[in-house]
Amino acid sequence: MYNLVSYITLLPLLGFLINGLFGKKLHSERLSGLIGSGVIGASFTIAAMMFLEMLRTPVEDRSHVITVFNWMSAGSLSINVAYQVDQLSILMTLIVTGVGFLIHVYSIGYMHGDPAFWRFFAYLNLFIFMMLNLVLANNFLLMFLGWEGVGLCSYLLIGFWHDKKFDTGGYKTGSATTSDAAKKAFVVNRIGDFGFLIAMFLIFNLFGSLTFEDVFSRASALVTAGDKTIFWITLLLFVGATGKSAQIPLFVWLPDAMAGPTPVSALIHAATMVTAGVYMVARCSILYALAPATMEIVAIIGVATALFAATMGLVQNDIKKVLAYSTISQLGYMFLGLGVGGFASGIFHVMTHAFFKALLFLGAGAVIHAMHEEQDIQNMGGLKSKMPTTYKTFLVAALAIAGIPPLSGFFSKDEILFRAFTQGSVVFWLIGWVTAGLTAFYMFRLVSLTFEGEERWGHDKHPHEAPRVMTVPLIVLAVLSIVGGLVGIPVSLGGGNAIEHWLEPVFERAQTHLSTATEISSSLEYILMAASVIAGIAGIYLARLLYLKRTEVATKLSTSFKGIYRLLWNKYYVDEVYDVTVVTPTVKISDKLLWKGVDVNVIDGMVNVTAKLTAGASGWLRRIQGGVAQGYALAFVVGVIVILGILILR
Amino acid sequence: MLETYIPIGIMIFFGVTFGVVMSKASEWFGPKNPTETKLSTYESGMEPVRSAHERVSVKYYMVAMLFIIFDIEVVFLYPWAVNFRQLGTFGLVEMVIFIAILMLGYLYLWKKGALRWD
Amino acid sequence: MDFLGSELLAIAPVLSVTILSLLVLVVESLVTDSEKISYWVSVFGLLICGAISISTLDLTGNVFNHMVNVGGYGSLFATLFTTAALLTVVLSRDYLRKEHVSFGEFYLLILFSTVGMMLMAAAADLIIIFLGLELMSICLYVLAGFMRKRSISNEAALKYFLLGAFATGFLLFGIALLYGAAGTTNISYIVENYGKLAASPLFWVGLGLLMVGFAFKVGGVPFHMWIPDVYQGSPTTVSGFMATGAKAAAFSAFILVFAHQEFESGEKVHTALAFIAAASMIVGNIVAISQSNVKRMLAYSSIAHAGYMLAGLAAGNQLGRTGILFYLVTYTFMNIGAFGVLSVLEREEEKNLTFDDYAGLGTKRPFLAALMSIFMLSLAGIPPFAGFFGKYYVFVAAINAHLTWLVIVGVLTSVISVYYYLRLVMMMYFQESELQFTQPSSVSSLAVLTIAALAVVEIGVFPSSILSLINNLY
Repeated sequence: MYNLVSYITLLPLLGFLINGLFGKKLHSERLSGLIGSGVIGASFTIAAMMFLEMLRTPVEDRSHVITVFNWMSAGSLSINVAYQVDQLSILMTLIVTGVGFLIHVYSIGYMHGDPAFWRFFAYLNLFIFMMLNLVLANNFLLMFLGWEGVGLCSYLLIGFWHDKKFDTGGYKTGSATTSDAAKKAFVVNRIGDFGFLIAMFLIFNLFGSLTFEDVFSRASALVTAGDKTIFWITLLLFVGATGKSAQIPLFVWLPDAMAGPTPVSALIHAATMVTAGVYMVARCSILYALAPATMEIVAIIGVATALFAATMGLVQNDIKKVLAYSTISQLGYMFLGLGVGGFASGIFHVMTHAFFKALLFLGAGAVIHAMHEEQDIQNMGGLKSKMPTTYKTFLVAALAIAGIPPLSGFFSKDEILFRAFTQGSVVFWLIGWVTAGLTAFYMFRLVSLTFEGEERWGHDKHPHEAPRVMTVPLIVLAVLSIVGGLVGIPVSLGGGNAIEHWLEPVFERAQTHLSTATEISSSLEYILMAASVIAGIAGIYLARLLYLKRTEVATKLSTSFKGIYRLLWNKYYVDEVYDVTVVTPTVKISDKLLWKGVDVNVIDGMVNVTAKLTAGASGWLRRIQGGVAQGYALAFVVGVIVILGILILR
Repeated sequence: MLETYIPIGIMIFFGVTFGVVMSKASEWFGPKNPTETKLSTYESGMEPVRSAHERVSVKYYMVAMLFIIFDIEVVFLYPWAVNFRQLGTFGLVEMVIFIAILMLGYLYLWKKGALRWD
Repeated sequence: MDFLGSELLAIAPVLSVTILSLLVLVVESLVTDSEKISYWVSVFGLLICGAISISTLDLTGNVFNHMVNVGGYGSLFATLFTTAALLTVVLSRDYLRKEHVSFGEFYLLILFSTVGMMLMAAAADLIIIFLGLELMSICLYVLAGFMRKRSISNEAALKYFLLGAFATGFLLFGIALLYGAAGTTNISYIVENYGKLAASPLFWVGLGLLMVGFAFKVGGVPFHMWIPDVYQGSPTTVSGFMATGAKAAAFSAFILVFAHQEFESGEKVHTALAFIAAASMIVGNIVAISQSNVKRMLAYSSIAHAGYMLAGLAAGNQLGRTGILFYLVTYTFMNIGAFGVLSVLEREEEKNLTFDDYAGLGTKRPFLAALMSIFMLSLAGIPPFAGFFGKYYVFVAAINAHLTWLVIVGVLTSVISVYYYLRLVMMMYFQESELQFTQPSSVSSLAVLTIAALAVVEIGVFPSSILSLINNLY
C-alpha cells in the first residue's frame, strides 16, 4: 500500500508533462482542465487510501520510508530519493492534494477563455509535484529540491499574466508589472534559501547525514541542548522559513505576489506553499527542541508578524491585499504555536487555515471575476443579493478566521493561544489576543464593504453568480471550514483532541526535551476561550458598526489619525527601507564600484599612475600595447605577489 | 633558507648597476659637439626619403614564420642523427612519422598558396 | 617494436584525435570547397574518438617513461573534451555561415586544441602539461580572432595572445623552478617528495607560479581580466568552447598538480586557492549584475563558476575532487548550451546580444526560450537541474574542510547570481517587443542544444550516472 506513494508524486508530474508538452496541441480547455485536475484527484485518492490504511494500523507501525531510487553517492555522502510516509506527511499530503484538487477544479471556470489555459494547468501540476516532494521527502536535500521547486513555480505563476500592471500600494508607482512582483518573490525567497542551504551543510557536517531519521535519531546523543552549532542550524533553517512563509523580515514579497491569478494566490500563497516553513520547522522539531534560544526567536518573530501584518491589513482596499496580510498574520500565529512548543497546534492551524483561507481567496476570485477585474473594495458593496452562494461561503470563512465557535478557526487558534499562555508568556498571549480581535475586524470590514451596504459600482457592471464549476469547490471548502476543527476539540470541551494524538509520535522526541506543561485547571482554559471569543465578536461588531451603520466615523478616524493611517497604508515603509538599504547599494556596488570602479577606474588609474612613474624613465609599459591589456597584466602581477606572499610567508 | 640566494641577489645588483652605470657614464662623460651632419640619420650623406615607421607587407612575416617553423625542426634532427646507431630502427620509424606530420603541414601551406610570393 | 605498439594503443584517445586533425588537414589541402567535407569528417571522427575515449576508461598505468597517464582520469576528460568539441563543431556551422566566415580551418583548429586539452588531462609530467597547454592555447588565440573583419574579434585575439603569453611565461618559469627544487618534472615524484621539498622556498615559488598560470587559464580573480573582453569578442561558439573545454582542461591540470593526499586540508596551498576562489565568486557575480550584453554577462558568470570549482579544490579533500569533476561535466553542458542559444539568435555585426533583445522570445521562439531557461536556471543552481548538485558538492567539501567562511561567501554570491540569470528568463517570458527573430535555426543546432538541455536535466535527476564514473577514478 505505502509503495504507492511514488504515484502520488508522479501523477502530477505526468499531468505537467502532458499539459506542458502537448497542451497547446490539445486545443481543448476541457481536456487540459480534466487532465490537470484529474491527476491531482487521483493523487488525493491514493493519499486518502493510505491515510485510511494508516488509521487501521497500530501507532508504532505508522511510519514508513519508501525508497524510489539511489539519487547519488559520493564518498560518505549517499542520498536516496525516498519518501517518508508518516502521520505528519500524510496529513500535509492530504491538505496539498485535497485543497489543490478543489482549486484546480475552480480554475477550470476561473481561467476559462485564457489563451494559455493549458500552460496554467501545467504550472499548477508542477507546483503540486514539487510541493509533494517537499512534504514527503525523507531527507533535507529532496526537501530542498521541493523547496526551490515550489519557489520556481510560484515565480512562474505570479508572472503568469506578465504584462498586467499591478498596484504596489504606493511603492514604485507606475511601471511595476506582475513580472516585477514575480522577481521580487523569487529573489526574496532566495535570501531565505541561503539560510536553508548553509544550515543543510552544517547539518551534514555535524551529523554526517542528511536523512531525517539519521539526523533526528542522532540529535539527542550528539547535541547538548543550547549548543552553539544547533542554535545556528535551527536559526538558519528558520531564516529559510521566514522567506518561504513570509515572516518578518522577509514578508515583503507576499503582498506583491497577489498580482498572480487568484487561484494561484489561493493555492500557493495561502493554503500550501507558504505553510512549507511551518511544516519544515515542525519536521525538525527535535532540533528546535534542542535550541531553546531559537524557539524563543521563532515565537517572537511569529507573534510580531501576526500583529504587524494584521495592522497593515486594517487599511488595505484591495480585496486580495487584505487577504494577503491576513495570511501573513495567520502564518505568524502558526510560528507562535511552534515557538512555544505546540508543534501539533501549529500544524492544526495549517490545516484549518488551508480550508478557510483558500475559501476566502476563491470567493474573492469569484467577486473579482463578477466585477470585471475590479479589486478595490471601495467600488463594491451590496453583492450579497447578486452572488448568494459566494456570499454565504465567504461569510463562513470569515467567521472561521475570526474564531467564532464551533467553526474550525476557533479551535486551532484557541489551541495556539492556549499554548502561548501556558508554555510561553502572558505577553505572547496578549498580543495574540489583540491580533485575534484585529483579524475579526478587518475580515468583517472586508465582508461589509464587499457584500453588504449600498452598491458603489457603475451601471456598466452586471455582477452575477459564478458558474457551478467554481461554486461547488466553494461549498466543499465551506463545509470543511465548518467541520475541520472537530478533529481538534480540546479535552476540556469534551473532545479528544484527535489531531494532537495523531501527531504525537512525530513530535515525541522533541517533547522529551521540552518542559511539559503543568496541569492547567480547565477553568483557566474556559476563561481564555471566552476571552478570544469576545475579541472576535467585538471585532466583528465594531467593523459592522463602522462600515455599515456609521460610515462617517470610519472616514473621520482615518483623517484624525492621519499619521498612523499613512504609516499603515505604506506598510511601515518596509519596501522603501529595503530598497534604500539593500537593493540600491548592491546594484550601485556592482555598477559603480566593481565594474566601472575597479574594472575601469582603479585599473586604469593604476595604469596611469604607473605610466606617470615610468614616463620619465622609459614608458616602456605604454609602448607594449596601446590598450588596457597592460592594466590587465598589472592586476595579474599584483595577484602573483599576493599568491607568492601567501605561499612563502605563511 | 633564503640566505643561500644572497649571492644571486648580489649578482643581480651588480649586473644592473654595471649596465646602468656604463651607459649613463658614457652619456655624462663623453664630449658632445653636435653638428647638423652628425645629427642626420645617415652620416654617409644618404638622404632619408620617407618615414621609417612603415607597414611591411605581410608576405615577409609569412616567410619569416615558415622559416622559423621548419628551421626549428632541423634542430630536432641533429641530435637524432648523432645518436642514429643507438636508436636504430625505432628511431628511424619515429623520425619518419615526425617528418610525415611535418610534410602534411608543408602540403597544407603549399596548397593554400602560402609559399607563393604574389 | 612491440612496446611502441602497445604504448601507442594505450594513448588511443589522444592519438585518434591527432589522426583526425591530420586527416582534416589533408582534406583542407587537397579538396576545393572543403568546408562541408571537413565538417562531416570532424563530426563523425569526433564521434569515433569519443567512443575510443570511453572504451579506455578502465585502463591504468603510464607510458612513455612516465610522461603520459593511461585511461581513467585522462579518458574521462578526453570524453568530455570530445563531447564539447562535437557540440561546438555542430553549433558552429550555422554560425560561421551566418557570419560569412565558413572556412574548414575552424574545425581543424578546434580539433588541434582538443588534442592539447587531452594531453593536459593525461599528463604525468609538467612538460606534457605545458605542451598540451600551448597546443590548446595557440589554436584558441587564432579561433578568438577567427572573424578577422570584426575589430572586436581581432582585439580579443590580440589581448588573449598577449596576456596568454604573459601567463605562460609565469607557468613555464614555475616549472623551471620546480625542476630546480626537485630535480625532475615528474608530477608524482614531486608530490611524493613533498615533505622534503616543502622546506625549500624555491619549491614554493615554483608551485605558486604554476598556480598563477593555471588560475589564469581557468579565469580566477585577479587573473581574470582577459575573460570578458575575449569571450565577448570571440565568435560565440568559440567563447562557449573556451568557457567549457579550455576551462575544463586547465582544471584537469590544476587538479593533477594540486589535488593530492599530500596536501591535505589546512595547507597554505589551500589558503591561496581559497583566496582566489572567494575573489572570483565575488567579482564574477557582482560585476555580472550590471552587464547589459548577455555574452559579457556569461563571461563574468564563467569567472564566478571558476570560483565555485576552485572552492572544491581549496577544500583539498576527496569530496572536493569529486565535486570539481562533477561540476565540470555539468558546467560543460549548460554553458555550451547557453552560448549555443546565443549563437543561434545572434545576427551579423553583433546584433541580438543584449538583454533587451531577448524580450518576448518566450512567445516567438518558445522552444529556444525553454532551452535557454533550463540553462539559466541550471547556471543559477536551482535544483533539480545539474548545476545545483555541482555547487552542492563543492560546498559540502569546503564545509568538511572547515572553510565555512568560503561557503558562506559562495552561497551568498550564488543568491546574487540568481538575479542576473533570472533577468534573462524574465526578459524572455515576461516582456514583449517588436523585434522579430527571423534567423533560421537548423535542425542540427536545435538537436545539439536539446541534447545539452537533456543532459542538464538528466544529470540533475540522476547525478549517480556521472558520479559513479568519477568515483571509479579514485
